[in-house]
Amino acid sequence: MAVQAIAFYLLATVTLVAGVCVVSARSPVHSVLFLILAFFSAAGLFVMLGAEFLAMLLVVVYVGAVAVLFLFVVMMLDVDFASLRQGFARYMPLGAGVAGILAFEMIMVSTAVANGGAARLNDTPQASGADISNAETIGRVLYTDYIYFFQAAGLVLLVAMIGAIVLTLRHKPGVRRQVIADQVARGPKTGMRVISIKPGAGIDE
Amino acid sequence: MDPTINFWATELGWTLITVGKIMLVILPLLVCLAFFMLADRKIWAGVQMRKGPNVVGPFGLLQSFADLIKFVLKELVIPDGADKAVFLLAPVLTFLLSLVGWAVIPFAPGWVISNINVGVLYLFAISSLGVYGIIMGGWASNSKYPFLGSLRSAAQMVSYEVSIGLVIITVILLSGSMNLTTIVEKQAGGFWNWNFLGGGLHNWPIAIVMFGMSVIFFISALAETNRPPFDLPEAESELVAGYQVEYSSSPFLLFMIGELVNIVLMCSLITVLFFGGWQAPIDFAFVHQWGDMAQGFYGLMWFFLKTCFFFFLIAMAKAIVPRYRYDQLMRLGWKVFLPTAGVAVVLVAAWRVFGPAAA
Repeated sequence: MAVQAIAFYLLATVTLVAGVCVVSARSPVHSVLFLILAFFSAAGLFVMLGAEFLAMLLVVVYVGAVAVLFLFVVMMLDVDFASLRQGFARYMPLGAGVAGILAFEMIMVSTAVANGGAARLNDTPQASGADISNAETIGRVLYTDYIYFFQAAGLVLLVAMIGAIVLTLRHKPGVRRQVIADQVARGPKTGMRVISIKPGAGIDE
Repeated sequence: MDPTINFWATELGWTLITVGKIMLVILPLLVCLAFFMLADRKIWAGVQMRKGPNVVGPFGLLQSFADLIKFVLKELVIPDGADKAVFLLAPVLTFLLSLVGWAVIPFAPGWVISNINVGVLYLFAISSLGVYGIIMGGWASNSKYPFLGSLRSAAQMVSYEVSIGLVIITVILLSGSMNLTTIVEKQAGGFWNWNFLGGGLHNWPIAIVMFGMSVIFFISALAETNRPPFDLPEAESELVAGYQVEYSSSPFLLFMIGELVNIVLMCSLITVLFFGGWQAPIDFAFVHQWGDMAQGFYGLMWFFLKTCFFFFLIAMAKAIVPRYRYDQLMRLGWKVFLPTAGVAVVLVAAWRVFGPAAA
């Protein structure tokens, strides 16, 4: 157990410290890098809970895709953070209020769960047999009990994707684009014409 | 200490054994790598009717070791205005991530460091992290060329990861498992049971789909590891050398080794997913009577031969295919591979559910 405890405290410490650094780092790029570290150690915590499938998804989706886009945007935008910091005193009460409410809610929920006061769903997953893997258990629940929510989530993502494409797709009328099918279809008949020119006459076009 | 407790079953013993296994994989891997690098250059030279490196050692066999010493002894230059921590972190990250993936690769029956259930996903996660080394290196150099190179590279790697993911899904559907050892074990019996032919004669209708998937995986692997013809991040003629312009000495060496380890990892992944891993092309009955150790080395031999074969293909691709233009690269990834792989996922899933082999 000692190894587990060491691993847990190590990962938890790294997660918390990285989280603090996300807020306090001066350079926005460093902030995103610390965010990635936080995601990564959170994935480690998932592995320790036995949820290796969720851990891998966390790494693939958040670290591998979302954070890359963050990094992309932050690196390319030249954000002037000195001017953003000027309003610190003005926004301080609002931020403190939000943080206070969040902390209060978290304490309430964890107290309720710890005392058994909150309604519990089916606590143990149905298939916790030794030979059934984590991914299989999630799949069985996801594609049966929660199929409608799953499909609805998929639809929401599809709408977001199409929306992003529609917002950025514009065809300028003056720009000539490469149409590869046309190029492939071009043969001697369509690609050239033979003209016989009389001497001294030339051709006018 | 209580003599009844087996020391190797305790936590300390387990840790020592695992460290030993890791060393057992990494050290031969790095030695092999020196020769893979030489083979790469020799094949390239052979295609162009040159001799290639032939001065250091017999046939130039020691060339890579000479290069290693040269790199390590050179002066490390950190550009003025670079973000020092990120600049040095980037090559270390690339190198580390390229080694971490080997933890789940089964080399022979039972010869794997960590036989986890989500092995395929783990590899996918690790390869999706590979982009950070390049993007961090490019940004931290504080220069235009590396930054442009790293942006190109990030877009390229993220794009091809999507099609790689879909291709991997077809293999998972076919094998019914994300465990790499199970995937290889399902391909036992002969080359007609390998996944690139649909994983068995009863699956003959989807053999052509799976063959296409193995080709797409191979090409996407080229793009994912920034190999020619998709080496746009480095494109010497346009970007000097892309994200690694400002790197010198050992950090550059780490980038180079990391990239090469990733290529070999991709070769072994193709072997495991599509070409039967350690399984021999024809299942000889007498092999099953050998001891575990002999069978292990026999499997390792086939695994190694197949990996070398795919490395040869990748090296040939470098020598004979011209570099893609950036828009062609994106078109190939998003408009050709992604829809094809998506349709293939539907076909394979339909075959699994409605086909005669459906459970």
